[in-house]
Amino acid sequence: MQTKRTVFQSRVLPYFLLAPQLIITLIFFVWPAAQAIWQSFLRQDPFGLKATFVWFANYTRLLDDPDYLNALGATFVFSVGVTVLSMGLSLMFAVAVNRVLRSGRFYTTLLVWPYAVAPAAAGLLWWFMFNPSVGIIPYLLSSFGYEWNHRLHTGDAMVLIIIAAAWKQISYNFLFFVAGLQSVPQSLSEAAAIDGAGPFKRFWTVVFPLLSPTTFFLAVINITYAMFDTFGIVDATTSGGPSQSTNILVYKVYADGFIGLNLGPSAAQSVILMLIVVVLTVVQFRWIERKVQY
Amino acid sequence: MVENRPFLNFLTHLVLILGVLMVVFPVYLAFIASTHGPTDFMSGIVPLLPGDQFSANYGYLLGTGESTAGAPPFLLMLGNSLAMAIMIAVGKIAISIISAFAIVYFRFPLRVPAFWLIFMTLMLPVEVRILPTYKVVADLGMLNSYSGLVIPVIASATATFLFRQFFLTVPEEMMEAARVDGAGPMKFFRDILLPLSRTNIAALFIIMFIYGWNQYLWPMLITTEPHYYTVVMGIKRLANVLDGDNQWNLVMAGVILAGLPPVLVIIFMQRLFVKGLVETEK
Repeated sequence: MQTKRTVFQSRVLPYFLLAPQLIITLIFFVWPAAQAIWQSFLRQDPFGLKATFVWFANYTRLLDDPDYLNALGATFVFSVGVTVLSMGLSLMFAVAVNRVLRSGRFYTTLLVWPYAVAPAAAGLLWWFMFNPSVGIIPYLLSSFGYEWNHRLHTGDAMVLIIIAAAWKQISYNFLFFVAGLQSVPQSLSEAAAIDGAGPFKRFWTVVFPLLSPTTFFLAVINITYAMFDTFGIVDATTSGGPSQSTNILVYKVYADGFIGLNLGPSAAQSVILMLIVVVLTVVQFRWIERKVQY
Repeated sequence: MVENRPFLNFLTHLVLILGVLMVVFPVYLAFIASTHGPTDFMSGIVPLLPGDQFSANYGYLLGTGESTAGAPPFLLMLGNSLAMAIMIAVGKIAISIISAFAIVYFRFPLRVPAFWLIFMTLMLPVEVRILPTYKVVADLGMLNSYSGLVIPVIASATATFLFRQFFLTVPEEMMEAARVDGAGPMKFFRDILLPLSRTNIAALFIIMFIYGWNQYLWPMLITTEPHYYTVVMGIKRLANVLDGDNQWNLVMAGVILAGLPPVLVIIFMQRLFVKGLVETEK
């Protein structure tokens, strides 16, 4: 790993400098993670008095549990929905901003601020828009003959949290797509234009393939976001309901652990989530290494 | 622009205007709702123009709060959020910049393991190890305190990476010159590296401030005394209770109050924000 060519000579100083970060990491990250792994192999008796070591029983039970499989499915639908919706819209806006000359900055300012809105607040904004009794969208939908009710219809609830989560993520994707588009050389588009390619053909055959590193990176980031940073959206709006249709994994860990107090299964869920994060992080870093070779 | 196509220009602006509408409309509607009295929702549809209850609703929330909903006055919660966000941002930057300094400017036996240990924090968001982390904080007696709100989330792999990448681009000659002039490591850090890192620190501060302000699950678990409530968790309590009696004017006023400070930070420091966002992910 890289350092400077010449370094300072000191035996103790670097340890002092690293100490705060390392101590916090050990106490609040490594130790709890180790606890979760250990707990996931134990089963508590109903009174919490003694725990027996049960090997992978918690995991196998989890994978047989229809509720957990349901949560896996919901998480999948939710992550894919958020990623596709948010990235599709942002790409469209980024291409548009890249085309306008003077007003680009103005539009950018108006498009980026949802990044700062807390997930819980974003959830409540859309909860209000979709409120079956006073919301504006159910009002409009009812004139098309659709009775929106996310408190009763499982599909409606899922659509609601997907829209709220995607809305908040548009600004992030937008900024990265704009940066990506600006690094695509103008001369390639011009060459394609001379060969007679129209603007749409130029975009899909020249610009979009060159954007693929950005697209891939954003896909990973968006899946990570949808899986882990959307707790507030779910908690503030649907709380996992109706009938568990929006009970995504990160919400289920919390619900089982804190409300249900199921220590072993909850720890097993934590461990599975950690594994997912590890995989996503590794994928993300491989992308960075690939980019460096350009 | 390769060629001039009036229709495409029109389409471009149309897409952007629709996009802006999509982004702004929910907040506009929330603001409108927050300026009405509770009876204005009885007709079954949200009003689209401002009402006359602006100062009544906001004044009520800021000063009195909704104690039946377990929400103390918003002024208190906004203050708590501000304190927490600033402490998290400053803390993360402070401990990360010195760790990056140690990793780049020293060679010592445990350097690589230490780096990987810090790297691990990136992989363990608080949501996935929530129960054991809560237990550690409870055992340390840090529930219902600012230290409990701040310290457990203060380690930052992202910030450490950013500073490490930046330090690696600082010319070698800087440090050699400083050493020739007899400066020790801490003097070099204070007088040369810190001033050079100014824009990076500012950009990172914005990102971390927003991260800190928007903390939700952690404050919700750590604080049980209204005295320590933060605003983002406060609006959820408000919504839970007031949803039943359709007091949407107050809920939306709460959402606006909770969202305004970080949004203003982004709008007024857009350049630094974009720099911070794009660089922390590299």
